[in-house]
Amino acid sequence: MIHFVLLISRQGKVRLTKWYSPYSQKERTKVIRELSGLILTRGPKLCNFVEWRGLRVVYKRYASLYFCMCIDEDDNELEILEIIHHYVEVLDRYFGSVCELDLIYNFHKAYFILDELLIAGELQEPSKRTVTRLVAAQDSLVETAKEQTSSITNIIAQAAK
Amino acid sequence: MNPFSSGTCLRDMIRAIRACKTAAEERAVVRKECAAIRASINEDDQDYRHRNLAKLMFIQMLGYPTHFGQMECLKLIASAGFPEKRIGYLGLMLLLDEREEVLMLVTNSLKQDLNHSNQYIVGLALCALGNICSAEMARDLAPEVERLLQFRDPNIRKKAALCSIRIIKKVPALAENFINCAASLLKEKHHGVLITGVQLCADLCKVSSEALEYFRKKCTEGLVRTLRDIVNSPYSPEYDISGVTDPYLHIRLLKLLRILGQGDADASDRMTDILAQVATKTESNKNAGNAILYECVETIMSIEDDGGLRVLAINILGKFLSNRDNNIRYVALNMLMRATTLGAQAVQRHRATILDCVKDSDASIRKRALDLLYLLVNDNNVKPLIKELIEYLEVSDQEFKGDLTAKICSLVEKFSSEKIWYIDQMLKVLSEAGNFVKDEVWHALIVVISNASDLHGYTVRALYRAFLTSTEQETLVRVAVWCIGEYGDMLVNNVGMLDIEDPITVTECDAVDAVEVAIKRHTSDLTTKAMALIALLKLSSRFPSYSERIKGIIVQNKGNVVLELQQRSIEFNRILQKHPKFRSALVERMPVLDEATFSGRRAGSLPTAISTSSGAPSNLPNGIAKPATAPIPDLLDLSSDDVPAPSFSGGDFLQDLLGVDLSPTPAPSGADMPPKASTDVLLDLLSIGMPLPVQTGLSASDILSSSQDDKAPFVNFNGLASLSSLSANATSPANAAPMMDLLDGRGPGPQKSEENDQAYPSLVAYESSSLRVMFNFSKQRGSPQTTLIQATFTNLSSNVYNDFLFQAAVPKFLQLHLDPASSNTLPASGDGSITQNLKVTNSQHGKKSLVMRVRIAYKTNNKDVLEERQINNFPQNL
Repeated sequence: MIHFVLLISRQGKVRLTKWYSPYSQKERTKVIRELSGLILTRGPKLCNFVEWRGLRVVYKRYASLYFCMCIDEDDNELEILEIIHHYVEVLDRYFGSVCELDLIYNFHKAYFILDELLIAGELQEPSKRTVTRLVAAQDSLVETAKEQTSSITNIIAQAAK
Repeated sequence: MNPFSSGTCLRDMIRAIRACKTAAEERAVVRKECAAIRASINEDDQDYRHRNLAKLMFIQMLGYPTHFGQMECLKLIASAGFPEKRIGYLGLMLLLDEREEVLMLVTNSLKQDLNHSNQYIVGLALCALGNICSAEMARDLAPEVERLLQFRDPNIRKKAALCSIRIIKKVPALAENFINCAASLLKEKHHGVLITGVQLCADLCKVSSEALEYFRKKCTEGLVRTLRDIVNSPYSPEYDISGVTDPYLHIRLLKLLRILGQGDADASDRMTDILAQVATKTESNKNAGNAILYECVETIMSIEDDGGLRVLAINILGKFLSNRDNNIRYVALNMLMRATTLGAQAVQRHRATILDCVKDSDASIRKRALDLLYLLVNDNNVKPLIKELIEYLEVSDQEFKGDLTAKICSLVEKFSSEKIWYIDQMLKVLSEAGNFVKDEVWHALIVVISNASDLHGYTVRALYRAFLTSTEQETLVRVAVWCIGEYGDMLVNNVGMLDIEDPITVTECDAVDAVEVAIKRHTSDLTTKAMALIALLKLSSRFPSYSERIKGIIVQNKGNVVLELQQRSIEFNRILQKHPKFRSALVERMPVLDEATFSGRRAGSLPTAISTSSGAPSNLPNGIAKPATAPIPDLLDLSSDDVPAPSFSGGDFLQDLLGVDLSPTPAPSGADMPPKASTDVLLDLLSIGMPLPVQTGLSASDILSSSQDDKAPFVNFNGLASLSSLSANATSPANAAPMMDLLDGRGPGPQKSEENDQAYPSLVAYESSSLRVMFNFSKQRGSPQTTLIQATFTNLSSNVYNDFLFQAAVPKFLQLHLDPASSNTLPASGDGSITQNLKVTNSQHGKKSLVMRVRIAYKTNNKDVLEERQINNFPQNL
């Protein structure tokens, strides 16, 4: 099971955190600090796994961002690398060649996509197309709801004239 | 609009925060935003609720407190529209965790949303439930989730399946409700539903043996078929990852098969074909393929034995190990570690490669490889491997040295059949990485050296050489100083020269120099300096001609700010000045230390350590002095044994105490004598003794000179004893066992012995042909109602007991507290035991005596055994 997902920039700034096991706010800050110290200092050619407090952290760097997932000792580390890549590819499809700024300004979208990919620390959907389709469908639901409210306000405004 | 709420939208806020140049600026911006959001919350401003929450989520990610926004999440979730709910649920998952009380309030909204007509809203609720539900929520909402497992839309079914995983993890009792639905998910075609269904089954098997049996019987065939289909499936662009169709599904199926095959030969047999196919056919040039192979190897290793498959698996790992990709090598090491338990032989073949991995530049790989290598060492290969490891120790990274040193020391100890080899290797480790060597390791080394009487000369010379070259290593200095103190005469005279040794000329002056260097080193800590002082005292008698110089060095510490050192130097100085006759007997060489006692103590020292630490420090001469804590009780113990009757007759009680009298008087009082009384006796003795003229010409007041005006002389006397801590043994050259205490640094404190107002006989609580249970009793002072019982379990049969569990029940007037047992495996034929502490409080103390019903369950030869018995024969007055 994945205990948490972290996105950390090369400068150590947190871009996304998702916790599937309970960690208090204090513990979260501590975990992030510890892990960024561990991971950001590792050289480029080393393996993508770090042992940490009896768990494993699998990380992968994409441009300036480190995608980290923390798993149990007996989980498949290589598969987690695939899941990270899977997530990145979906982000890429959704934003159209994603960059760090996309994730900063649209962090909620990144979370929505992650929620279509993982629940309870387990993989939910192996098909990228399905994930993008589901997110897009929900986005359009939001759009129509917005249009409705704005048209209602227009009607009220006109009636008030 | 609220005049206080900032007009900024989310994007503006993020931009403002990013524009901050310092942390203080950022804090100011966040503070302003938070104030605006709070104001808006207080106004109950509905229009901006979701924007506020989105801002809060960003602020939370930066690490600021955002608890005040929690209620807003609930309000948004309760509103009707999809956009509000979407943000509300996201906020719920980010701002709250399952331990938050507020979370309970959302149960009702969740229930409604799980029954919503809009499937996306159902999806949101399932996602939130799966990510943060607590045990109570799991119980309340399990029926809804169960129903959704059969929902028409596959996207809801897969979410419900993962949600069920969370539910059964929180409340395992609910597992049986999900077994049937989970089994039906395995027949699905939709990949998302299938992988979540397989995952659910795997987790069900973990929490419920009933589920495991069910799936093993009903689903093994089907799963094997599904795996075969997916392995042989043609290219499908939707699920293809670098040439493999849906590796995630592969991996989950293999994982579930592993759970089903483990411990069941029949099920294992049914899956061997497909496993062989996966192991041979999967492409290994991409990560996805390797991930599948990795999982497949693990399944092959875990299911019931099939020789051919295992060879295949080890070969795959061998290939992994020679891969250039660090990730692949890492998982190979990881897997080989598990394979060693099955057959170390096959893994041994890769030893050389593994040794290379220990020297890798990647810390993760090094650590894995070292752990693995540790398991591979045996009698045949230990010497070359240790040689390699010690050579590597010289060049390894600082942060890796700790691990490496611990492993080397442990191996050297484990395979120390030849003492000279052991001592050689340890000396190498001490000179390379002495600062990383743990206390018990160098203590053990000293014990071994002391036992190897034919190697004393060799060792002390080797240590002296090592000391000259590397004075930076604390523990090396300590061991060297100890040995020079003990065997200084052998160092100088080249006694017991071995053939392999280079001759070395060391003068008495050189030896004293060495110790002086140790004591004057800035980096030396208290223990080292204290040991050096004792070594000097010893050398003063070994080299009488240097006595004056040694006295000079000792005197320099008279003004030391550390009380321990100051005291030692004053007292030693006194001994040197006033009692030359007395001295030589006082500082004789230590008798051989008992290895068995030492190793026994290391193994079983924990409980005593706890009891000492509870109340000991009050009487210590120096609270921080580590070596000082132990000897006190020993001196007292010793004195309670040796002092009583004879010492009244003569004035030589001090000699008795110091053990100079080499024929210790028999101890009539024995251990049963109340220790409280013995300390009184000691006090009496001291007060009587002080004015008495003593035959040997030394007066008690001399020894006690540094502490005469103290109220409790025996405490200071202990101080004197304690200062002899590691090596002086002035206390008793005749008695070996207490010295172990000195060395060990632990022992039952005097406080502890005072606590035991009365000794109770131990009780054989239970004895059958296969098992014996002993109870030892003790009381805590001040609470006569409470009895501490230490239960010791001994296996009388010739089979090992596994899953050993001791349970006890008491009637209402008693209260029972059980501590965890020391182990749950009981070795055969009395070859070790399990101990467990019980605390019984008797509310009817003095009226009723203890009574207890015990039940002991364990597994032997794979059979469960249960023994029960009532114990009525407790000693009275407990």
